[in-house]
Amino acid sequence: MFITVAGEKKEVKDGLTVAQLIVDENVETPMYVTVSINDEFVESGEFESTVISDGDNVEFLYFMGGGQ
Amino acid sequence: MIILSKSDYNRIVEHAFKELPNEACGLIAGEIKGGDKIIKKVYLLTNTDHSNEHFSLDSKEQLAAIKDMRASGFVPLGNWHSHPESPSRPSDEDKRLAFDSKASYMILSLMDREKPVLNSFKIQGDNAEKEELVIK
Repeated sequence: MFITVAGEKKEVKDGLTVAQLIVDENVETPMYVTVSINDEFVESGEFESTVISDGDNVEFLYFMGGGQ
Repeated sequence: MIILSKSDYNRIVEHAFKELPNEACGLIAGEIKGGDKIIKKVYLLTNTDHSNEHFSLDSKEQLAAIKDMRASGFVPLGNWHSHPESPSRPSDEDKRLAFDSKASYMILSLMDREKPVLNSFKIQGDNAEKEELVIK
């Protein structure tokens, strides 16, 4: 199946979970990454159980914060 | 070198003053030419911490900004935030939460309300290096 990851179309295996995609994409600091699928945010506790579907649009957002 | 237009600098300063006493924050995007970063667009985002000592970018606004950058042909260059009461240098927390060594981290100090100070840094681990910032 084909999905779009960060604006790039990619062919991936059926049944791919968000957790596996994070590994496949070599996402740095995954504990600080927010994932959206078709503009809906996925709870981090649901990365293992969330299966990506054909045509989905996935975005990785890296936490940005700090303090003075 | 990182280049920021005077009008975008003014937008950052105005937004930071508007958000006082809290920290203000946002993203920067543009082009990289010959190693120089040219900021073409500054995004003013919500600080979801609503704090004068911390900031976190609003995820929904961040997502919208990333899409806008892509649609505009820009690349993400980094982020900016204000320090209402402290100097324009990365705090320990700023360093700890700086995950992208290629990004520019711009910090606007409003310690002296009459003379805001904006600096830009690259951060890798505990090491923060000031980069040349040109405002024109």
